[in-house]
Amino acid sequence: MAEALIDARAVVVAYAARRQFLSKAAPPRPVLHGVDLTIARGETVGIVGESGSGKTTLGRALIGLLRPVSGSIRFDGREIAELGEAAMRPLRRRMQMIFQDPMSSLNPRRTIGRTLTAPLLLHGLVDNRAAARRRIEMTLERVGLPASVLARYPHELSGGQRQRVGIARAVVLAPDFVLADEIVSGLDVSTQAQVLKLLGELKREMNLSMALISHDLSVVRAVCDRVYVLSQGRVVEQGRCDLVFDHPQDAYTRTLLDAIPLPVIDPTWLDRQAPGAAA
Amino acid sequence: MAEVALNHDAAVAAGPPKLRRRSALRALLAQPKVVFAGGFIVLLILLALFAPVIAPHDPLDQDLLSGTLPPAGFAGAQPGYWLGTDDLGRDVLSRLIYGTRVALTVAFVAAFAAALLGTVLGLFAGFYGGAVDAIVSRLVEIWMAFPPVLLSILIVAIMGSGVRSVIVAIAIIDWTRFARVVRAETMAQAKADYVVAARVLGFGRLAILFREILPNVAPVLLALVTLEMGIAVIVEAILSFVGLSVSSDTPTWGGMIAQGRQIIYQAWWVFAAPLAALFATVLAFNQLGDGLRRALDPVMQR
Repeated sequence: MAEALIDARAVVVAYAARRQFLSKAAPPRPVLHGVDLTIARGETVGIVGESGSGKTTLGRALIGLLRPVSGSIRFDGREIAELGEAAMRPLRRRMQMIFQDPMSSLNPRRTIGRTLTAPLLLHGLVDNRAAARRRIEMTLERVGLPASVLARYPHELSGGQRQRVGIARAVVLAPDFVLADEIVSGLDVSTQAQVLKLLGELKREMNLSMALISHDLSVVRAVCDRVYVLSQGRVVEQGRCDLVFDHPQDAYTRTLLDAIPLPVIDPTWLDRQAPGAAA
Repeated sequence: MAEVALNHDAAVAAGPPKLRRRSALRALLAQPKVVFAGGFIVLLILLALFAPVIAPHDPLDQDLLSGTLPPAGFAGAQPGYWLGTDDLGRDVLSRLIYGTRVALTVAFVAAFAAALLGTVLGLFAGFYGGAVDAIVSRLVEIWMAFPPVLLSILIVAIMGSGVRSVIVAIAIIDWTRFARVVRAETMAQAKADYVVAARVLGFGRLAILFREILPNVAPVLLALVTLEMGIAVIVEAILSFVGLSVSSDTPTWGGMIAQGRQIIYQAWWVFAAPLAALFATVLAFNQLGDGLRRALDPVMQR
């Protein structure tokens, strides 16, 4: 395997119970019980599991949004599990995230242009607004959006366009790693396919490492090189997508696979009468 | 597929820019009560600004020979005194017009001061949580246990009477309204993905709080400030009524009500005119605030 960009070892994450005034804090509730995960440069890894299995928590720990209780997370050889918010900030540009709901992940009171410009200026990737604009327009063109969206507010765009803006926001910073958390589950099927295709192209062009979190195994299979199956905060199975999906070793993986609705073709479908319709 | 996308983009491009603001304004102007209330408040502002030009008489000019003249249309009324005169022969209409100055000064300055104090505390409490939230929340709870009128009288008694004391009293008492609402709204906004996104992009906490969250709290805040202006007008009137606002040579509605109460059987209009002005002004602020809330609050729109 190529050099690992992200190397997580024995990661334990626990959510502290909310402390009430003048009362003892409840013990933290562990969500991840020692997860190991590696992502190589240019590799796309799927993280699957049902709701509550800890896949979103794992993803957020990987990009330093959550601090693990114990364990180590190395990003490009550097330990980030211990870093504070301020020490983390210079690394932020290199690890980006695409959200499930592009509507709520875009500030409703900002135009797309302002949303995309501010991070470029923050990280000093461009010298001035004109350079930012050029770079943003190139990125927009790459993700299939016209430059006219820059003047719009998020609610003026369609769901697919908004998700493309979300992708543009992540890739315009030229990151090394992108976390994609359920990014197509809010889109209709044809838009899903376009967005996944775009993501695959960007990944190849930019040699991106990606973690794709999804409950939809067919999405993971279409895009990912390797897959991790998470159940109740533990990795129950991992390996190359084709191997895991064709020869699942763990009972939980089999249950997940069995839950995929298979298309059953009914040749008489077109001739069927709606119930109660006149003959 | 590409053609479909292009057509859609063209349709989007043809739409007017800044649609959101325009639609909020339209939602605002579609409410008749907002138009009436807003118009009334604009009228009050003009009266306050141009009081010396508009008022028919000097509000302090006493003329004992024309005392307690009734308003126009009643028996014994004299031309030029549209709302009659008080027991010292001062023109009620002119005093009413000059009274808008104190009322509006207090309404605007006190409401903004209370909003500033409460918003800053509410933002920090809602965003940082933990100890900051605990301190602010306890402070709010303790604060709200004080009877507000007594507290304001206490503050004015300590600071001495005057418009400035009244403004300080209102700000110190009413910041809790803003702190509570802003805290709750900030907590809700802080959970939104766009805040997580800002963190992922590398923005600092203060930048997130003031540049991402505050603009999304602003609509609720604007409505609340307007409602607070109505409350400030009432509080000022109460303090004037008990003689703790400005000195008696400055006409105020509360002072006029206090004075009119003593001669209510001889000259009811001295009491009724400022009361009506007070009522209409507070009603206008409340209606405008309610209209703003309806037009701008995303929760009520969705």
